[in-house]
Amino acid sequence: MNRIQNAFQQDKKLLNIYFTAGYPQLESTVPILRALADAGADVIEIGVPFSDPLADGPVIQASSSVALQNGMNMRVLFGQLKDVREQVPNTPILLMGYLNPVMQFGVENFCREAAAAGVDGVILPDLPLDDYVAEYQDIFRRHNLRPVFLITPQTAPERIRRIDELTESFLYLVSGPGTTGGANTQAEGVQEAYFQRISDMNLRNPRLVGFGISDKQSFDAACQHAEGAIIGSALIKALEGTDDAPAAAAAFVSSIIK
Amino acid sequence: MTITPTYQQPTERGYYGQFGGAFIPEMLYPNVEELRQQYLSIMAEPAFQQEYQQLLRDYVGRPTPLFEAKRLSAKYNTRVFLKREDLCHTGAHKVNNTVGQILLARRLGKTRIIAETGAGQHGVATATVCALMGMECIVYMGEVDMERQKPNVYRMRLLGAEVRPASSGSKTLKDATNEAIRDWISNPVDTHYIIGSVVGPHPYPDLVARLQAVISEEMRKQLLEKTGSELPQYVVACVGGGSNAAGAFYHFLEDPEVKLVAVEAAGHGVHSGHSAATSVLGKPGIIHGARTLLMQDEDGQITEPYSLSAGLDYPGIGPLHAFLADAGRAQFISVTDDDALKAVVECSRLEGIIPALETAHALAVLDRIGAGPDDVVVINLSGRGDKDLETYIQQDLM
Ligand SMILES: Cc1ncc(COP(=O)(O)O)c(C=O)c1O
Repeated sequence: MNRIQNAFQQDKKLLNIYFTAGYPQLESTVPILRALADAGADVIEIGVPFSDPLADGPVIQASSSVALQNGMNMRVLFGQLKDVREQVPNTPILLMGYLNPVMQFGVENFCREAAAAGVDGVILPDLPLDDYVAEYQDIFRRHNLRPVFLITPQTAPERIRRIDELTESFLYLVSGPGTTGGANTQAEGVQEAYFQRISDMNLRNPRLVGFGISDKQSFDAACQHAEGAIIGSALIKALEGTDDAPAAAAAFVSSIIK
Repeated sequence: MTITPTYQQPTERGYYGQFGGAFIPEMLYPNVEELRQQYLSIMAEPAFQQEYQQLLRDYVGRPTPLFEAKRLSAKYNTRVFLKREDLCHTGAHKVNNTVGQILLARRLGKTRIIAETGAGQHGVATATVCALMGMECIVYMGEVDMERQKPNVYRMRLLGAEVRPASSGSKTLKDATNEAIRDWISNPVDTHYIIGSVVGPHPYPDLVARLQAVISEEMRKQLLEKTGSELPQYVVACVGGGSNAAGAFYHFLEDPEVKLVAVEAAGHGVHSGHSAATSVLGKPGIIHGARTLLMQDEDGQITEPYSLSAGLDYPGIGPLHAFLADAGRAQFISVTDDDALKAVVECSRLEGIIPALETAHALAVLDRIGAGPDDVVVINLSGRGDKDLETYIQQDLM
């Protein structure tokens, strides 16, 4: 059993926090990671910044460009993460980013470095399922990295089943139409019906709900239909303009799971 | 049976050699997949073809003339023909694509149209067909481009479209495309995205190439009439994303004796750090859902391109063009801002045709392709220069 699957053995709803590597300062990555874990985040996604993040809203876009200006890149990130498991031994860590920087770094190199750092999973929203199966699956498996795929309200049932079969971690349920950080603008009941529909499929992997979860209220609401939820933009907003980012990150986690 | 891959036809998954594909987040998958499954069958329907052909004739004004440019021919000692896409309704080739895509969107049951635009020509062409069909239209345009192509912003608004500024990155075409894609992610059910060039995830590059192919279809007939042969020695077109070039090349792709010349924007000079010459500066990478040649740094971050011309100011090229460059089927040449501006004046004074700044890049290579006195050179005159008057005044061309 891997760290991700272990985390889901706990008898509670999981809080998964996303933050952007190298934001607000280049050296913030590991201190924030550790503060999040210590404060009780159950799963952590480290965003690998990209110049043109298509699935992201303005908050994560802005944090990505600051991180890039700070000098963040794959080599710097893996350098920062070298001894991270000494500080954060058990919390599952995933890398989330876009395919092009991974391709340029080399998929094999990326997986080897990630595995060496103790990373458990990878989320690449623009990696097509078929390409994953044809070209990436073997490499991921060899390095014991779990892919996580997104499911949206428009994903067809047979495709959801296929994603479930390719997954040994969790399913990322995108809460509704929109990029990261957007508010839920769906008519009442629409989102619940979608979550219920997925729930009724009796999938083998647990589900985390993401996109647009911003506070305790929306976290608790999402958790009614899933094993937990993912927060990104709201955490990054909480880091804006602070001079103690780790403390702000910890305080944010406490505000969700108090 | 194995199908021999051709330049015209990508594989079922949208690959031209190693270039193409559909690298999109799951949120876009249902829309792009629906389009992939349906575009060929919808376009083959007789009713679609009839409506499309009728609009091309009666609304766009096709066929566009093939004009023998005698004074340019005399100056460069070769036989120059201009394919007059500038005479299309709205002033550029872009409308060939939007007429086809709006008919497709209606058949897919979509009610809301989004588009990106650089020079504003694709935005205007999209706003135009949306007005014609009574559909809601939102056009994303980089803030820098809104400033340098102001007349087109007003035209779009007059046509009833909403123009939304893209203010991230270099505030140009790439960023407008990012915003259009994000809009589509947020509106997956009722919206069709009319991409303006042969870029984006499969099936867009093939879809747009097919809709622009009418340009070379007409050229062949017109050349036969005017020169006695369907085949010229050279076809020249500028490449931003590459839609007018794809249309001008399309029906010559499988005729190796026809030399295809793709002209990119060199900006201040290919290696000046201010350029959009993707075929020279790019390496394989992913932009807007396609694997293609892409200007990027060693970490895979997309670099900001530069060209005075908004329509060529893009860090990638369509996957078909990346393949043509790779395979050596097309020759890629790049032209600086200054040389393009000289070509604007030259074409205006010698032929009485004021070209768009994008088009002027194609006009600027006549002395660089080695064409002889007996050769026939067709230049795709992709658009007219009205939208660029302010730039031409600022650059002191008078
Ligand atoms: C007149 C004209 N020509 C060419 C282009 C470049 O686009 P493409 O390379 O897709 O033909 C544009 C784009 O705006 C244009 O307006």
